[in-house]
Amino acid sequence: MQRKYWNEEIECIDREQLQKLQLERLKWSVQYAYDNVGPYRKQMEEIGVEPGDVKTLEDLAKLPFTDKTHLRDSYPHGRFGAPMKDIVRIHASSGTTGKSTVVGYTRKDIEVWSELAARCFVAAGADENDIVQVSYGYGLFTGGLGAHYGAEHLGAAVVPASGGNTKKQATLIKDFGVTVLACTPSYALHIAETMEEMGIDAQQLPLRVGVFGAEPWTVAMRNEIDRRLGITAHDIYGLSEVMGPGVAIDCEERNGLHIWEDHYIPEIINPETGEVLPYGQKGELTFTSLTKEGIPMMRYRTHDLTSLTIEPCPCGRTHVRMGKILGRCDDMLIIRGVNVFPSQVESVLLEIGALSPNYHLIVDRVGVMDTLEVQVEISDSMFSDKVKRLEELNVMIRKELEGLLGVSCKVTLVEPKTLPRSEGKIVRVTDKRKLHD
Amino acid sequence: MEGQYIKQISIFLENKKGRLAEVADTLSQANINIRALCVADTTDFGIVRLIVDHPDKAYEVLKAAGFTTSATQVIAVEMPDKPGALAKVLNVLRAKDINLEYVYAFIGKRGEYAIHVLRVENTEEALKALAENNIKAIDNDELLKL
Repeated sequence: MQRKYWNEEIECIDREQLQKLQLERLKWSVQYAYDNVGPYRKQMEEIGVEPGDVKTLEDLAKLPFTDKTHLRDSYPHGRFGAPMKDIVRIHASSGTTGKSTVVGYTRKDIEVWSELAARCFVAAGADENDIVQVSYGYGLFTGGLGAHYGAEHLGAAVVPASGGNTKKQATLIKDFGVTVLACTPSYALHIAETMEEMGIDAQQLPLRVGVFGAEPWTVAMRNEIDRRLGITAHDIYGLSEVMGPGVAIDCEERNGLHIWEDHYIPEIINPETGEVLPYGQKGELTFTSLTKEGIPMMRYRTHDLTSLTIEPCPCGRTHVRMGKILGRCDDMLIIRGVNVFPSQVESVLLEIGALSPNYHLIVDRVGVMDTLEVQVEISDSMFSDKVKRLEELNVMIRKELEGLLGVSCKVTLVEPKTLPRSEGKIVRVTDKRKLHD
Repeated sequence: MEGQYIKQISIFLENKKGRLAEVADTLSQANINIRALCVADTTDFGIVRLIVDHPDKAYEVLKAAGFTTSATQVIAVEMPDKPGALAKVLNVLRAKDINLEYVYAFIGKRGEYAIHVLRVENTEEALKALAENNIKAIDNDELLKL
């Protein structure tokens, strides 16, 4: 019989009991961060809050926020709560200025992560009988290893395909009889396309479940993936600062993503004022970790815009559901699963000696792959009457950008004052992809 | 050798409809005459190189009109308009191992002379080599008289 829950007792826990558990863990987590993470203690002292002030779950609102800049300022290990002898894993993601955001995990953190990711796989309809192909990149990015540990913890047979070499991915799925695919949604479509080109009929394969995440996608795209791969695609949410993939998943209802509240407290705040908003209202999603040791997080601002609901879900899980991501309240772009900040482009242009770095990013989706074009206004100091020189300049900018951003791009030199401007300021980004419904 | 080069005006243009016409309009309104024109094009952009009667004024008006413009030193040699003229010039440069970036040519008003515009790596050295071989480089004033 198909397994319905990984951990029924906790996934379907009575909300009152859940809140009791949360409060107990929140008190521990705040005390732990205060005692072990210098920058947290400092932040709390600055606003005059002590761990003892947390008496109810509502008191969470008294605590300071954590933002990506805090993590950058304490690069690389300044916010680790555990000594290096207890850290067993380090992951990193790209930051706003080229410096990565580094996170550490203790053995217990990895166990929790595996448990939560396993819950996600089960909620998506997988169990120990499945063959799970993990086609997220393995490495500093949390996607590959996060999904891997979750599927292995579940007891499924894991195929650690990692990203790239799509024809091989398609062959593995076919030959191994893979039943569950985990990757980014755009890569899932790319695999579907490749299968079609190779003459592999996905409808005839045992493949039946998709666990896709690390980038925003629409219901329309989900339907497209369902249709082309003949599967049921699920949305898995996570970010390395909070843990990695497995923070939340949509169950068989596919109507919102359950956030595992026994380990994280989500809040929706007004991104302008920081005020906590009630269930149902749209705002910025934050996470507070309740059990994390490696790098505890207090009210981490995801800059993702969504809303929360505790309406009972027919699946029986009582954990709060978040809606699809509706957008971002900062300028971060996710291109092929990689975080890109427009300001990174500026730093590259300044480095190569452009006096007024005027640039414009055009993100598009050609077929199923994201493309990035960086248009750069050419200034007198960059201009030459020799084609060779301009082409060299173009290649240099592209290589610098690709090195820093971690995604390939096309650079186009354009005439001055031709980039789109709004009230005198250059519009930095045109995102032609339809990522949000 | 001083002053024997001429000023070429170079303009950066995106490959967009009507841009070259705008350059021509800008110069026309300033009453500047184009003597020679050469466009180097790539997939995304082009570089327009112009020999005009009043390069300084052309530079100013193009700048004012918002074009990315530069003034470059190039060599203009006046040769009889007959077979072998360009070969002679190029052989001089080759003998001295001077790299040619690009070249274009136009015919003088009387139809007796061809003007070759040469962009080389080292202008001074090229001028010297040409002079040694009795090839005459002209300056902007002489160009005006042609």
